[in-house]
Amino acid sequence: MISSSFDAIIPMLCVALAGLVVLLAEAFRERGEKMPIGGLAIIGLVGAGAASILLWNRNATSFGVVTADNFSLFVNLVLVAVGILTVIFSSQTVDRDKIPAGEYYAIMLFAIVGMMLMGQATDLLVIFLALETMSIAVYVLTGIRREQQQSTEAAFKYFLLGAFASAFFLYGVAFIYGVTGSTNLDRIGSVIAAQSMSGNPMILLGVGLLIVGFAFKVAAVPFHMWSPDVYEGAPAVVTGFMSTGVKAAAVAAFVRVFLSSLEPMIADWAPVLWAIAAATMILGTVVGVAQTSLKRMLAYSSIAHGGYLLAGLVAGNDVGKAAILFYLAAYALTNLGAFGVIALLGTRERANDDLRDYAGLFKSHPALAVLMTFFLLSLGGFPPTAGFIAKWYVFSAAIGSGYYGLAIIGVLSSVVSVFFYLRIVVMMFMTERDARPVPAPITTMAYVGLALSLVGVLYLGVLPSAVIDFAQASISTIF
Amino acid sequence: MNGLPLLSIAILLPIIGSVLLLLVPNRDGSKDGLVRNLTLAISLVTFGVTLMLWAGFDPSAGAPAFQFVERHAWIPAFGIDYYVGIDGLSLMLLVLTGFLTPLALLTSWESVEKHVKEFSIFMLVLEASMLGVFSALDIFLFYIFWDFVLIPMYFLIGIWGYDQRIYAAVKFILYTMAGSVLMLVAIIGLSWVHQSVTGEYSFDLLKLYELQIPAGTQYWMFLAFTLAFIIKVPLFPFHTWLPDAHVQAPTPGSVILAGVMLKMGGYGLIRFAFPLFPEAALYFAPLLATLSVIAIVYGALVAMVQPDMKKLVAYSSVSHMGFVVLGIAAFNMQGLQGASYQMLAHGVSTGGLFCIVGMLSDRRHTRQISEFGGLKTVMPRLTAVMLILTLSSIGLPGMNGFIGEFLIMLGAFKWDPRFVVVAALGVILSAVYMLWLFQRVFYGKITNSHNADLKDLSFREWAIIGPLAAVSIGMGVVPNLFLKPMEPAIQRLVDRVQAHQPLVVEKPAATSAIVAEVAR
Repeated sequence: MISSSFDAIIPMLCVALAGLVVLLAEAFRERGEKMPIGGLAIIGLVGAGAASILLWNRNATSFGVVTADNFSLFVNLVLVAVGILTVIFSSQTVDRDKIPAGEYYAIMLFAIVGMMLMGQATDLLVIFLALETMSIAVYVLTGIRREQQQSTEAAFKYFLLGAFASAFFLYGVAFIYGVTGSTNLDRIGSVIAAQSMSGNPMILLGVGLLIVGFAFKVAAVPFHMWSPDVYEGAPAVVTGFMSTGVKAAAVAAFVRVFLSSLEPMIADWAPVLWAIAAATMILGTVVGVAQTSLKRMLAYSSIAHGGYLLAGLVAGNDVGKAAILFYLAAYALTNLGAFGVIALLGTRERANDDLRDYAGLFKSHPALAVLMTFFLLSLGGFPPTAGFIAKWYVFSAAIGSGYYGLAIIGVLSSVVSVFFYLRIVVMMFMTERDARPVPAPITTMAYVGLALSLVGVLYLGVLPSAVIDFAQASISTIF
Repeated sequence: MNGLPLLSIAILLPIIGSVLLLLVPNRDGSKDGLVRNLTLAISLVTFGVTLMLWAGFDPSAGAPAFQFVERHAWIPAFGIDYYVGIDGLSLMLLVLTGFLTPLALLTSWESVEKHVKEFSIFMLVLEASMLGVFSALDIFLFYIFWDFVLIPMYFLIGIWGYDQRIYAAVKFILYTMAGSVLMLVAIIGLSWVHQSVTGEYSFDLLKLYELQIPAGTQYWMFLAFTLAFIIKVPLFPFHTWLPDAHVQAPTPGSVILAGVMLKMGGYGLIRFAFPLFPEAALYFAPLLATLSVIAIVYGALVAMVQPDMKKLVAYSSVSHMGFVVLGIAAFNMQGLQGASYQMLAHGVSTGGLFCIVGMLSDRRHTRQISEFGGLKTVMPRLTAVMLILTLSSIGLPGMNGFIGEFLIMLGAFKWDPRFVVVAALGVILSAVYMLWLFQRVFYGKITNSHNADLKDLSFREWAIIGPLAAVSIGMGVVPNLFLKPMEPAIQRLVDRVQAHQPLVVEKPAATSAIVAEVAR
């Protein structure tokens, strides 16, 4: 059973090594010397992506607790894309805000290692380890601008609440171990299936606590309270990174735990997740309408998108699993693009993320305004963008399992969300510009990153077939 | 000619054109000749392609139901294809779209002065997506075009509209989207029904036609589809977005909105809602007919008291489109032919009325009826054209409006005469509000000195309004030219729907079924 093969952890190794190299480079960097540290990070991420592609269909496992099945490899590739785009968008922020580049990139890479491990782990304890690796790195990233009060406050809030949620998760693991005698997902699954434990209060308690832990990381209602404050306080690039990477990793682990080992109990947890998904979609969009800060608005939008992902999980069918993967890819590209634009428009003194700051953007930065419009339309689920296909896919899964109600809540809440996405478009295109601080000139590199996101968003929207097939192949080997 | 994928060319030409425009250097002047001429040329070529489709279309009864069919796998995992093809009904609407777009562009030459290039791009993209709506035979593809239409129109209203443009644009997009998304749920549900019956997903409209859908499902799906379509039409009581959108939209936006986009609703009812769910449709037809006669009378009454010309024409649209829905609800040969004809006629005559309102407001920067009066003495030519369009809108025999309304009432009378009694009131009322408008604006003495030296039609304006007036008369004199190609298509649809019996609904059962589904 236990294989000593290292194959399955090669993608993580690549990223971790890159993180170490980045740290070393920073240590040996002379004061004032320019070093392409972001480039090193990208090399590591590309390596991880290549390794993931090479491991495709091989079902490698390492140490009996880490697997490299196609499902996790798909998630890895999404995370690689998240990482590369974040690095590209970061360069401007790092220079502007005088963030120590070595620390910043190294911590980001370590966070990605944790995220990848979350998708690949097949043991509850390893999932917990991964969760902590990822979370601690992200806490630090949130507060990386130490001199900014808002940033520090956000980091502290996130840390306290996150620690709480981790404790809940661990408690849930303990209960499940107490009943089934194992933390291994396969064994838990077979024990539950063999002994039909769905009435057992201990295991129900354990599952409930796991839901709390995961729901916190996904920012699902009612465990979403932290996310608007944290998303607002963190630098915009970090927010983009958190809202996509952390969500992707948490959802991947959520799906793996609940649709493999806890699948026999689906009748017990599906109604709970149904309610959470519905509440998340409704609250995320309705409260989003009232926001005037773009980062907060997109924080609520990101909560709502978590709800759509959970709708796919509730459906619990094969379409749903593939839909979640597709959704993660589509959402990551779209949201990173949107946060990339926000990050580029900020200045050192002000984030420039108030709705008014976007007035007349079409006049001053036509390219950015057009790009942002595409990302917002994709978030709102308009064809021909990735967001539309992704939404259609998850709702298709929900309807396929007979959850018409959830799908109707989903589509109606997406209409509400269109209202606030369009408020930004109205500002950019239809309102006259007022005086505001001019952001630093936008580098070619940043445009390259935005263009990459846009190409991805349109590719997934217009020619989604290849990625849909890919997502379907990803779930065929497991579950 | 059959070798060329003419239908795809028609859809793609405006898109290619808009990409071409992106590459043209941006000279943001009021008279950017290059951008304007290029856009006009592209839209004229597109019109030419739609005419080629008409020329190549075989209208005989034995010809294949759908012609110019093209099919390419798009998302094979879910049986989604790029699948387009047209029957006579689609053909006529394509030609209407091709015909109105260049004219709408011409109206923009005076009224749109900022961001001409972006404006042109949105107009062309809008045209492409409308052509897509009328030719899609894959219901997923249809939805994509249907939903996408909202985006360019939103920008057209929001950027180039009048004072309250942002409110109108947001209201427009939210209102119509709220209806559409429920249709999306129903579309997905349909594909699952198909999957459970045949074992494979399909969004192929013709295959979905053959499905036997359980009564409870039909009930809700018909409602979901119909809600999307009657918001678009718009039918009372879902019409409130229309006056705002029309009044705030720039003239070319209004022309396209009234001329083509409202027809998407009628087309959707005829092509999708009724034949897909015939039993539910027959069950709900009296309800739809009731709403439509309310719309006919209510729209006309509200139009009568409008002080703003544009709003008056907007409410007259509510009334005229009510006739369309009445004809569809009857769903017999005459009713449906009338509804289809009325859609074309309304597109031409109301499009023309919006052009004239636009010309007056370009000159005076107001659309208040009280600001005008006695224009006949200063603008005899515009007055003459306006008279033609007014009479066509009223439905004077010999004009295009007459044929449609007459056929609709004939069809509705065969079905249920009670509706016709009320609808006929609308015909009288339309004469009242249109002729009263005409009288107040054009007859009498010039009371406002601003009107004393208004210029009559320019050459460009002749180019817009001349064809519209000519077609208005032409459609009234030789209706068969337009009715004949549509006949086999309509016959097939009528046969399909009338082969069914209305749904027998025990309400509690259907409701509890959905409650059970929601509760799951």
